[in-house]
Amino acid sequence: MLAPVLELVAIRKVYGDTVAVGDVSFALGRGEFLTLLGPSGSGKTTTLMMVAGLVAPSAGTMLLDGKPLDPLPPYKRNIGLVFQSYALFPHMTVAQNIAFPLEMRGMDRREIQRRTGRALDLVGLPGYETRYPDQLSGGQQQRIALARAIVFEPRLLLMDEPLGALDKKLREQMQIEIMRLHKQLDISVIYVTHDQDEALVMSDRIAVFNSGRIEQLGAPEELYERPASRFVADFLGESNFFPGIAKVVGGEHCEIEHGKDRLRGRSRGLAAGQAAVLAVRPERIRLAPPGSPALASENFVSGRVRNIVYLGKSRKYIVQIDDGVEIAVFEQARGDRIPTVGVGDAVTLIWPVDDSTVLSA
Amino acid sequence: MPRGRWFWLAAPALLLIGAVFLVPVGWLLLRSLSDPRWGLQNYAAVFAHPVYLRVFWNTIVIAGSVTALCLLIGYPVAYTMAHAGERGRRFLVFVILIPFWTSLLVRTYAWLVLLQQNGLVNRVLVDSGLVAAPLQLVYNRLGVLIGMVQVQLPFMVLPLYAVLSRIHPRYGQAAATLGAPPVAEFRRVYLPLSLPGVFTGCALVFITSLGYYITPALLGGRQDLMIAQLILIQIGDFGNWGLAAALAIILLFGAAVTLALFYRILAARQRPLR
Repeated sequence: MLAPVLELVAIRKVYGDTVAVGDVSFALGRGEFLTLLGPSGSGKTTTLMMVAGLVAPSAGTMLLDGKPLDPLPPYKRNIGLVFQSYALFPHMTVAQNIAFPLEMRGMDRREIQRRTGRALDLVGLPGYETRYPDQLSGGQQQRIALARAIVFEPRLLLMDEPLGALDKKLREQMQIEIMRLHKQLDISVIYVTHDQDEALVMSDRIAVFNSGRIEQLGAPEELYERPASRFVADFLGESNFFPGIAKVVGGEHCEIEHGKDRLRGRSRGLAAGQAAVLAVRPERIRLAPPGSPALASENFVSGRVRNIVYLGKSRKYIVQIDDGVEIAVFEQARGDRIPTVGVGDAVTLIWPVDDSTVLSA
Repeated sequence: MPRGRWFWLAAPALLLIGAVFLVPVGWLLLRSLSDPRWGLQNYAAVFAHPVYLRVFWNTIVIAGSVTALCLLIGYPVAYTMAHAGERGRRFLVFVILIPFWTSLLVRTYAWLVLLQQNGLVNRVLVDSGLVAAPLQLVYNRLGVLIGMVQVQLPFMVLPLYAVLSRIHPRYGQAAATLGAPPVAEFRRVYLPLSLPGVFTGCALVFITSLGYYITPALLGGRQDLMIAQLILIQIGDFGNWGLAAALAIILLFGAAVTLALFYRILAARQRPLR
């Protein structure tokens, strides 16, 4: 990575006895799109607000372009922030809203007009100068908020659940729009969301937050394929978990004992005898007739189909395996294939060892 | 549910207003046009005599000064209330409402005791050596303003507080991240958003100040005659009901016009706070 734009070193925020953010560290590369993903109350928004200067850290250091950020008040940081609620000034027109940061920087009228017009073009709302925020739809307000946050060419753009208030269709449209702007402006972005799909679609890297800490930071694919903890495997996408005891540990793999079954998966740093859990994605498992042979590179368990849910593009099978654990299996629905498995049927579940991850329980 | 049914809930209040307000005002209007004979002579008299116009002018200046002082003192109080914690807010509301606990007459006499030549305030000032001789704090404009501002302050603070407490902090935060230092943030964002409260508070204080009687009568000097006092003098001393009625009607009309003006400005500026 080039010299990072922003660096957080052991940032901490404590309210009384509660640790809102505990020792968060990461570096944001130039032009990178980093998403802070986590459930509400996991510290992701607090972290963002500390970068913006609206919340003071209890401990730790922040560096912007290698210079300490902490002593600067928010109005000297040159960091754009888009709020979930947009926070457009209701008493100003669209043009006045977008011009506000430029006026604060003492630009002359012609330059302000030129940049305001350009920003409106960028977000696809030219000609909206004289409207007031309450005359705009939610999606339009969000675009104006975005225009206002980028018009002064900030070093960094922060977005706090910016699409949270929009409906699904509009949200997906805006995701693409934001990605396009990110590429076009080559701006570094920190994006906060609790929506895992949004995070997977938009991000260069994702930091998964849990109880004020980063559980894992990496590219979307890395997080999805190689979750580092049960929390990440569960929060990002859907996972099946087979609890057990780590038995044979060595190399890249680990074998666990799950009831009478022996299951293997990729793992790192587990000790034999430790309580462990094997995680596998529902779409990696295939349903086979009972007793079907599995390869040496595959895991298998037997069970009985409890429920079948039709989801349009796929079917979700809920299979109860012998010890009572329920496992979800996704099968792509294809026009030429009529499902041969029904509720109550005995089945064998088979999946590749390399699609399994063994994590500490 | 037919809309009309709920209308009856307001009936007692409407009846009361009709009986104790509209009837007497109608009677006053009639009197101003008919006493001692039919015609506009009472109104002509008001506008022909500089003395009466001077009293009107006095009334407007005093009401205006009281309004300005209340705004100056009340805005920071309302701001503090809106941004204080729950305990601080309750304490301030309590303090603001204390004046309502005693009658206007008692409060006004209390000011008289405090502010007079050898009253408490002057004694402290002289004894501490801050001033050489007692100050003239009462029986002049200063006394009127002190007394009236104290009484009127809650009418400024409460509507202001209602508006300020609804201004979401994110507007200020947004302004800050966009590069606005605190002064610009207040001037460009917070103050404009608070204007509905400013207008409501000012309208309330100004209009109620127009009709003040006890405070200027007790704490004011001869220069501080207000319209309500003049009305009483016309009736009590001269039995001049016609002129008094004309003065009252003009005062009422003035108050109505002021209210309409404030309302117009307010409606024009009003944008929903989201």
